[in-house]
Amino acid sequence: MYAQMVKSEGMKSREDMTPEEIAFQERIDRGEKIEPKEWMPEGYRKTLIRQIGQHAHSEIVGQLPEGNWITRAPTLERKAILLAKVQDEAGHGLYLYSAAETLGVSRDELLDALHAGKMKYSSIFNYPTLNWADIGAVGWLVDGAAIMNQVPLQRTSYGPYSRAMIRICKEESFHQRQGYDIMMKMAAGTPEQKEMAQDALNRFWYPALMMFGPSDKDSVHSAQSMAWKIKINTNDELRQKFVDQTVPQAHYLGLTVPDEGLKWNEEKGGWDFSEPDWSEFFAVIAGNGPCNTERLEARVTAWEDGAWFRDGLMAHAKKADARRAAARMAAE
Amino acid sequence: MGSAVNQAAFFEWLCRIGDNCLILGHRVSEWCGHSPVLEEDIALANQALDLIGQTQFWLGLAAEVEGKGRTADQLAYLRDAAAFRNVLLVERPNGDFGNTLMRQFLFDAWHIELLRALEKSSDARVAEIAAKAVKEVAYHLERSADLVIRLGDGTEESRARMQKALDTLYPYTGELFMADASDEAVVAAGIAPAPASLKAAWDATVSQVLAESTLTHPGETYQHKGGRKGVHSEHLGYILAEMQFLQRAYPGATW
Repeated sequence: MYAQMVKSEGMKSREDMTPEEIAFQERIDRGEKIEPKEWMPEGYRKTLIRQIGQHAHSEIVGQLPEGNWITRAPTLERKAILLAKVQDEAGHGLYLYSAAETLGVSRDELLDALHAGKMKYSSIFNYPTLNWADIGAVGWLVDGAAIMNQVPLQRTSYGPYSRAMIRICKEESFHQRQGYDIMMKMAAGTPEQKEMAQDALNRFWYPALMMFGPSDKDSVHSAQSMAWKIKINTNDELRQKFVDQTVPQAHYLGLTVPDEGLKWNEEKGGWDFSEPDWSEFFAVIAGNGPCNTERLEARVTAWEDGAWFRDGLMAHAKKADARRAAARMAAE
Repeated sequence: MGSAVNQAAFFEWLCRIGDNCLILGHRVSEWCGHSPVLEEDIALANQALDLIGQTQFWLGLAAEVEGKGRTADQLAYLRDAAAFRNVLLVERPNGDFGNTLMRQFLFDAWHIELLRALEKSSDARVAEIAAKAVKEVAYHLERSADLVIRLGDGTEESRARMQKALDTLYPYTGELFMADASDEAVVAAGIAPAPASLKAAWDATVSQVLAESTLTHPGETYQHKGGRKGVHSEHLGYILAEMQFLQRAYPGATW
């Protein structure tokens, strides 16, 4: 889940809706897809721009913690797989910016908002990747948590977003498997490798749980988004599902989930687990995570250092157009 | 005829191609997440991926030819700088994006000619790897040549940056066409073309692209050499320190 705490509009009761809004809600309730040129409430459009934009930003900022290990990947095959994976993430960013553009906002506008700190990306990418097992943990836990959210979003009401999710989910499940594959090698490796694997799980467990956003009781933006099918499940539902899926995988690896409160609950048929430290989550969201400054700085620097490149290409395109126009005139 | 050739010379020659791909792939991958526009992040990751894939083939064959039970990974991760055989050009630092693109273009224009010739190699394994790689490299060249043209004939600043990159890197291109006894042995066995035989086609591509880009051809300049014999710049040591870190710090571990 790469969208957290996306601001939505207040939930409207049916009595307060205009006839257009009622008709729109009925389309969504019937499971119809909303397409770009069709009428939509302004709040729906704005919420989607925030959510898809945040998701796109997360994909491109997400290149950085994984890119951090490309030059140090331990084998040629691991290096090739990691390159392919990070390339996929950039590709996801591209689909998502394109989906956002169908709502009337340009990629440059979204990037400006990111660079100015006005739009967020997922809190998870503000954590560092400190050892090679972190690359495994990112695939296993971070992509695992993302899939948990994105699989239902394939059924989201907005057509372009839904179709982007269908493509993205296919690649993400491959990413998760490669992450788990790294963890299996590390957990079955030398004592030092096992230690790296456990260390990675210790550091990424709670940040991964935070990816689903605050508890439902504190999540103020959910109701309207769920009515619009921009959000399909609640934060707590998804978090529980993630824990239930992940705990047995950790046990299979012979690793310990860093939660003393973790206990199987026969009655609910799921694991009881401890809440993450939400004060840490809000600190990271506010810009005080371990890597917030570096991550944003890296993106801003890439953009600013690349200005001459983009300007050069634009200037060439204009010259080429002018030359073509002149050639046409001469021919006439 | 692989069996007729001196295996040590063949091994040396395979390391030269494989190391070029590995070190250039490493340099290109350093851009991941930092390039000027999202499409470039995607393109560069893809290109690095192609080069690392080609490395696996070339160094895999090198290890097989050497016959000492080493693997491609062992060649990549457990040789020190003096055993690396890449040209100096590919270990040049990335510099700005223009420098990276110019390095890529000068290399691609050579790489494509080499691979086209290798498709006709007397060694079936070499011909097979070349046939696969040539498709990837044709795309690399199309892309790098196109960007050199557009940036050369772009703004004043983009032109100045591309010209500076060209002037800086051109003195590292001569090494691509030099030959020693190992080259002569593989040429004699029909495995590979003589390095100098690729020069005319390379010159033609470079001249044509530079003309279209409005950049000034540096002409005859001093040419640096040494990488192909294992005498590198200071940069390679740092590349290897980074690349080989895990294999060196945890010997014998599997990943």
